[in-house]
Order: sequence, then C-alpha cells, then structure tokens
Amino acid sequence: MSGFGILTAQIAIPLAGAFALMLVPNQYTKAIQWIAMLFSIASFAASLAILTRFSGGTYQMQMTEAVSWIEPLGIHYRLGIDGISLWLVVLTTFLNIIAVWFSFYVKSRVKTFFVMVMVLLAAMLGVFLSLDLILFYAFFEASLIPMAVMIWVWGGSKRNYAALKFFVYTFGASIFMLLGILTVAALHRNLTGNLTFDLVSIQKSVASGALWAQAPHLQALLFWSFAVAFMVKCPVFPFHTWLPDAHTEAPTAGSVILAGVLLKMGTYGFLRICLPLFPEATVQAALPMTVLAVIGILYGAAVAAMQPDLKRLVAYSSVAHMGFVVLGIFSLNHIGIVGGAYQQLSHGVSTGALFLLIGLLYERIHTRLFADMGGLKAKMPVFAALYLVLMLSSVGLPGLNGFIGEFMATLGAFQSGIEGAYGLNLLLPILAACGVVLAAVYLLWMFLKVFYGPVTNPLLHRLKDLKTHEVVMVGLLLIAAVWGGLYPQTFLAPMDRSLAAARLMATSAPGERPSWADSGVQIAEDGTLFGPSEGPLPEFVIESSSPSTVGVGR
Amino acid sequence: MNVNALIPTVDWRALAPFTIVVCTGIVALIIEMLRPRRNNNLVVGVSLFGLLVAGWSLFGMLGGPSDESFAGMILNDRFGQILQLVMVGSCAVCFLFSEPYLREKRIPFAEFYPLALWSTAGGMLMVSSKHLLMVFLGLELLSISLYCLAGMSRYESKSEESALKYFLLGSFASAFLLMGIAFIYGETASLHLGRISEVLGAASASPLSTIGAAMVLVGLGFKLALVPFHQWTPDVYQGAPTNVTAFMAAVSKVAALGALVRFLWAIGTLDTVWFPLMWWVAVATMTVGNLAALVQNDVKRTLGYSSIAHAGYLLVGVLAAFSAPGRVSLDATAFYLISYAAMTIGAFAVISLTASGQHEGTRFYDVRGLWKRAPWAAGCLVVFLCSLIGIPITSGFFGKLLIFQAAFDAGLPALAVLLAVNSAISTYYYLGIIQAAFVTEEGAVAPRFGKPSASLNLACAVCLAGVLGAGLFAGPLIRGMGTAEVGPPVGVPVQDPLTIHTKNTSD
Repeated sequence: MSGFGILTAQIAIPLAGAFALMLVPNQYTKAIQWIAMLFSIASFAASLAILTRFSGGTYQMQMTEAVSWIEPLGIHYRLGIDGISLWLVVLTTFLNIIAVWFSFYVKSRVKTFFVMVMVLLAAMLGVFLSLDLILFYAFFEASLIPMAVMIWVWGGSKRNYAALKFFVYTFGASIFMLLGILTVAALHRNLTGNLTFDLVSIQKSVASGALWAQAPHLQALLFWSFAVAFMVKCPVFPFHTWLPDAHTEAPTAGSVILAGVLLKMGTYGFLRICLPLFPEATVQAALPMTVLAVIGILYGAAVAAMQPDLKRLVAYSSVAHMGFVVLGIFSLNHIGIVGGAYQQLSHGVSTGALFLLIGLLYERIHTRLFADMGGLKAKMPVFAALYLVLMLSSVGLPGLNGFIGEFMATLGAFQSGIEGAYGLNLLLPILAACGVVLAAVYLLWMFLKVFYGPVTNPLLHRLKDLKTHEVVMVGLLLIAAVWGGLYPQTFLAPMDRSLAAARLMATSAPGERPSWADSGVQIAEDGTLFGPSEGPLPEFVIESSSPSTVGVGR
Repeated sequence: MNVNALIPTVDWRALAPFTIVVCTGIVALIIEMLRPRRNNNLVVGVSLFGLLVAGWSLFGMLGGPSDESFAGMILNDRFGQILQLVMVGSCAVCFLFSEPYLREKRIPFAEFYPLALWSTAGGMLMVSSKHLLMVFLGLELLSISLYCLAGMSRYESKSEESALKYFLLGSFASAFLLMGIAFIYGETASLHLGRISEVLGAASASPLSTIGAAMVLVGLGFKLALVPFHQWTPDVYQGAPTNVTAFMAAVSKVAALGALVRFLWAIGTLDTVWFPLMWWVAVATMTVGNLAALVQNDVKRTLGYSSIAHAGYLLVGVLAAFSAPGRVSLDATAFYLISYAAMTIGAFAVISLTASGQHEGTRFYDVRGLWKRAPWAAGCLVVFLCSLIGIPITSGFFGKLLIFQAAFDAGLPALAVLLAVNSAISTYYYLGIIQAAFVTEEGAVAPRFGKPSASLNLACAVCLAGVLGAGLFAGPLIRGMGTAEVGPPVGVPVQDPLTIHTKNTSD
C-alpha cells in the first residue's frame, strides 16, 4: 500500500488554495485574486509534472496511491491515472487558469467566489483521479455544491430556478449510481469475501467473467443505474434540460468550467466505469445510447439555431457536441472511442473559449441577445477574428481541433454501422454527419448576426476592442485549438493504450478481457493483447481478504 | 428453585448516568429558585457540568459486558449506552444555544433546564431497560416534561396550541401503549421483554398478543412520528420554541427508536404480522414526510416533516438489522442516529437565530439575509442541510450509505431504492432553505435579528464537528460502536431474575 503522492498533491493544491483564501480578509480583493491565480498556476504545474512522469506505453493505472480510509466499510482513498484521465486533468487545470483570470471581473463577494472555484477544481480533479468507487461518488457529488453556489450567488436573473434544477437533476440521478456502486461491491464481496470498492479489483473479477456469472440479470439494471447519472451529466438527449438554464444563468467562469470540464465527468464515467464493469450490458446498450446521441446531435443543433440568446445557443450546441462523444464511445471500436475521447478535450477547449468570448462581450455591452448586436466586426476586429477561429473549431473545420474528434467519432460509428456490429446501422452515422452541417449553419448564422450588418444598438458605438491581457487569455485557448487540430498525435498517443484497453474490457469475451490488475499484460500498437504468458489471461483466483490485494501494480 | 435469583442484584453503576442527570435537574431547579434575577448562567453551567459528568460516566461504561440489574429492570448494554450518549450530547448542545434564544424571546422560564434534564433522563430510562414498566415510566417522564416545555412561551398562541395538541395526542398514545402492555401481560404474564419473547416464541400468535403488540407499536410510533401517527409533528414542531423543537427532534426520537428496537426484537416471532406492516410504515413515513415537506413555507415545519422522513430512513435500518440478524448489525442505525442528532440540532440552532421579541420568524421569507447577519452560522446551516440531503463527506452521507448497505445485505433492495428516491426528492426543500438563507432577492427587506451569541456559535461548532467528524472518521466510529461484536447483541435476552425458568436464547 503506497502512501500519498503527486496525485494527492494535485488535489490538495486547490484545496490549500481555498483555505489560504479563507484566511485573507474580504477587502483585499487584489490579494485574493492573485492568490487564486497563484494556486491555479501551481495546480497546472502539478498536472504538467504528472504529464512528464506519465508513460504512454501502458494501459495500466500509473502513480497509484492507496490509503485506508473507512476500513469497516472497505472504503479506501485510492488514486491513479491512465490515458483516459490524463488529458482531462490537464484540461481541467488549464481551463481553471483561464476561468480564474477572467474572474478578475467579478466584483461582488470576491473571496467566496474564488474559494468556490478552488473547491470545484479540487472536486473535479478528484473525480478524474479516484479509483475507489465511493471516493469517485464523493467527488462527483462534491462538485455539485460549488457549481450550484456559483450559479446561485453570481448568476443571472433566473438563477434560483437554474441552480435548483441543476442540483436536483444531477443529485437525483446520481443517488442511483450510489445504489449501483453498493450492489456491485456486494457482488464482488459474494465472490471474494472481501468488501471493497476498488475499481481495479472489481474490474479484475469482471474481466474473468466471474462477477457477472453469479447475477447476469442484474448487469443491465446496474449499467443503467450508472448510465443515468452519467447521461444527466453529459448531458444525453432526454436529460439535457438543466444544461441551457444552468449555462445561461451561470457566471462566465462557471460556464467555462461547466462546459469545459463538468460535462466531461459524464463521458469520463462511461469510459472509466461503464465499459470496464458492465461489458455485456455496454454492448447491449450500444444501440440505444447511439440513438440517443444522434437525437441529441440533431435536436441540439436544431434548437440552438432558434435561440435568441448567445449563451443559450452555445449551451445547446454543447448538447450536440457531447452527442458526438457518446456516439464515438458507444460505437465500441478503436477509432470511435479515441474520437469520442478526443472530442471531449476539443469540446472543452472550443466551447470553453466561446463562453469566455461571450463573457468578454457581456462585460462590455451587458446583453447577450442577438437583437442588441450586429456590426461588431468594425468595432472589435481582434475580437471578431479570435471569435471566428474558435467558432470554426467548434464547427469542426479541418485543421482545428473540433474536426479530429467529430470526424473520428463519426468514422467509428460508420465502421460499426457498416459491419452491423452491436446492432448499429449506417443511418445513425449519416444522421450524425448531418449534425455537423447543422452546426455550421447555426454557428455561422450566429457569427453573421453578431458581427455583420448595421450597428443598430447605440451602445455599441462606444465599444472598445480586447485588451492585451484578454487577447493573451483567449490566445492560450487558440493555441490549444490549433495544436489539437494540426498535431493531434501529441494528445492521442498517451491516450491510445488506455482507450484500447477500455474497449477490450467491454467487447472481449470473459477471460480474454484485459485487467488493470495484470501488470504483465500489455496492448500492442494494433490493439491486441500480449503478455509474458503468451496466451489467455490467468484465470481468476479467489483471493483472501488480505491487505496485499489493496495495492495496485504500477 | 434458584433462591439467589429472587434476590435482585443492584448495580448502581449501571444507573449512574441516569441518576446524575436527574440529580443535576434537581440541583438546577434549586439554583433556579434561588438565582439572582435575570441570570440563568449558573443554571446552564451546572446543567452542562452534570451532563458532562453523565456523558463521561457513560463513555467509561462503553465496551463493558452487558448485564441486567435491579431485578431485570435496568439493562446495561452497548446499544443503550450509545443511545444515551447521543441523548446526553443532544441535550447539552440544546442548552448551549437555549439561553440567547430564551433571552431574545423574553421567555422567563428557567425551568426549561431542569425539565429538559428530566426529559433526557426519561429518554435514557427508555433505552436502558427491557422491562415494559420502565419503558412506560421513561416515556412518561420524557413526555410530561416535554408537554410543559412545548408551551413555555406563554404569550404565544402557537406555543400553547402546540403544547395542548402534543399533550392531548400524546396522552392518547400513552394510553394505547399502556393498554398494549396490559394485553401483552395478559398473554405472557410478564413485563420483561426477554420473557415475553420466550412465551410468544413458544406458542402460536394469539389475537390478544397481536393486538397488544400493535397497540404498543402505535404508542411508540407516535413518539417516533411514524406515518400514520405523525399528524401532530409539524404543528408541534412549528409552535414549540425552537430550542424545545430541537430537543424534541433529537432526544425524544432517539429514545423512542431505542424502545422500538427492543420491543420489535422481543416480538420477533410475530414478524409475519408486523414485518410487512412496518415495511409499509417505513415507506409511508419516508414518502409522506418528504412530499409534505415540499410544500411548506415555514422552516421549522419543513424540518419537522424532514424529521418524519428521517424516522423512516432509520426504520429501514432497523428492519434490515432485524431481518438479517447475523449479517447486518444495528451499527447503521446507531450511526445514523448520531449524525441525525448532530445535523438536526445544528439546523434548529441556526434557525433559532431568527427569533426576535415575540416573533418566531421562521417562515422562509423571514430567514432571508441570514447569510449577511451571521455568516458563520449560515455557513454551518449549509453543512447541516447538505448532511441532511446526504452529500459526501458529511456524516449524513455515510449514514445513508450504511443504511443502503444494510438494506441490500438484508435482502430488502426495494426499501433501499425507495430511500434513494426519497433522498432525491428531499434535495428540493433542503435547497429551498439554503436559498432562503443565502439568496436575498433584490428589494426584499431582510428582517432584523440579533448578532449570534458566542454560545450559539459554539453550539454550531459542536454540531459541525459532529457532522464532519463523523463523516471523515466514520471508520473508527463504526468500529468503536461494534454493537454486534461486543457483548450479546440487543436481541439476546439476558437472565431475567423475575421469571425463574429463563434461559439464554437467541431469537
């Protein structure tokens, strides 16, 4: 059992930041802002340190930590990172810097605001790093409170409604995940006599097929108990209604984090928990999930096109773009899953950037309605240029990051559709591809309405273009978008093995599935398993409840 | 015939906490009579000291072997000790914030302290006996003190209404309980639960014992505010002074639950009759409590309904422990009780801040702006409400987790799912309270209320430590409780000196 390490530091830095901020008296606004910035940068530095220590050659959990927490219940504090969570951690800390930077605009209750941002950061990092299901749930829920408070206190006019809806929706859905977690752990205990919530050991018994052999009928039920929680978070089509409200009412920093990171907790949950733990159910659910994803893509795009409010438009476009992530993941082939995972990152960058730009605009003209805009290009040329590029990355223009993810995800769905695998057919990816066209339609419309045409609003005549630091702020995201579009290999290479493993965990037959616990087995470039044993994976052995099973192989 | 069995053992040590609390009450009353005008500090100090000593002596007894003394009248076991500790602690925390509240509301009623102490003593008696006569005695001591307390704000019609309602319905319930006890005595010729369990186990269920058991359950269910015996709760909770409400919500519920557990275990052989019934009662209690809470416009009323819902959650834990005696222990229930007491008293303590003059001021409208006047207390309120919702890492979360787990292990997944649904519903009204306290609408005038006193802040801090501490250190706490490991579990009747042919059996 290893102690605390760099991953704990990653979570602890923002928490320390929150405590440090609490000690500063309210009136020292500048100090509060810079302390928050300092801790955000430190947190980003920690994630870069993790990045340098990370090895892309394996799908195993790396830098694992395990400390016993509530032993009578088998709950441990376990952290670990693999290719699936790596870039999400980096994205989180990166977007947080931007969000904190932008939040220098926040004027009321500054201290509380930054404390909330820091707590939120810690909770989100905890979700991506935890390997114990209860710990995962704890962080998953803990992220609700700061976000709800941010909407509640610094939100727009309908903030009460939006915050309440956000909270009740997500909490209501995830309480069933808690029941699911308990049942899965109980099944694992029936098998091994060892009560644990350790994802790695539970997955190990799933990989051998032993876990579900005892209760095959429960698998689908439990899959959906997790899936509903993640579908609400994503959000997938019928569960998306909280999102536009939350986005519209949230302060800009909240929107950036909400779109950039919080939604990814849902898709991350699919990759981290649903695929590895519920293989057969995942395969069965591929068709319904894909159908919902495609509906989400089309519906989100159609509704977005009709919005009179800039932020609401981007919020609905999020529904559509996250649909591609789900589409890619549930096409259950390598290119699709990689595309889905990549789309998570690029959506975080480009939609986060759009919300940031809308925030910058809102600080100037205090409206988000198209009716009050028009002709901005002449007044703010730099803003218009940056906006155009980032919007096109959201559309999915080749050369920018949005294209890679959407293209690969759709390609994956095509591949499964052509093969007729998992009950998918060609209609679904074709409809999804239409969604890309629709995205171009509504986003270009938006651009047209905001930046071209006559200046109708007299307020706009006094408008100033972006200041230098604002250009830098947006520029950072722009660099990420271009980098991700031109050289995606940087981001894809470390993810590859872990995503391949996640897919094999879901689609292979019992006994042939990879397991994070078998450190000897590896995945080759072509996505096949190999290991020193050169054969089927070792049979599942019933282990005693010794503490040695707690540690996770590096 | 074993002659020694006829001479009752007298173990004063087992009765020490109870004696200390009662005597503290007497001393407090004397001081109150002699006290200098307008100053209760000495009364509060002495009461707190007495509770501290009682708590300390209880703590010292934890882990000892369980035994009965006073001719089977007093049972000294771990479950009872834990419950007594919770009650003593709850009473102490209520005292901490009572004084500023009583002063603010100008309630010249220093008898609150002795009465509350005796009420606590009654509760302690209820959970530390397997003799129905003692249970009844404890219940009456608890209730009669509470009837007075509920009406102690004499110039407020709501408080009087609350007292009268509580008294009338409460005495009705007590009558039920007494009648039930008489029926059971008629069937089994014993008042000791160990003996009753044995006699009931030997014969098939007779109408007399079934009716008797049902009547006892009605009496206890009333105290615990189980649906359909809950109607008094919102009115009484709303009308009674807030410190009394907090006391009621914690102490009387813990006591009633303890007595209920012992009684259910004793009539375990009749479970074909009562188990499905209690199953539905648990479901109805959770659901009615939560649904009714959704439409309230008074914070105290909402919390009253919420306490009904929590009684339902507790009942789930009890039923789970009953139906799987070997695998599921009462740890989950005991843990939940501790966290419930901490978070409920904490919430009421913060709400007591909004009283001013004769005005109780607990409508949602009134608590607006609490955040500005008392940031620390309002912050604590958020934690308490989060705990009531069941957000990690508060103790409320682990309490629910344990109960879920217990329900699953006992093969009652439906109850667990219904509990989850109810938790989801409950978020709405708890968030409503947070919203009222934190989000002041533009133009709304926040009502005046005083700055929180140091002792109230201390009470909040104690509850906060309880809620967060029990969350973070849930492991050691659960291990420390170990109701299943140390001593015979609650369900095993120990030697009953009154009836000679008793032998140890487990049910």
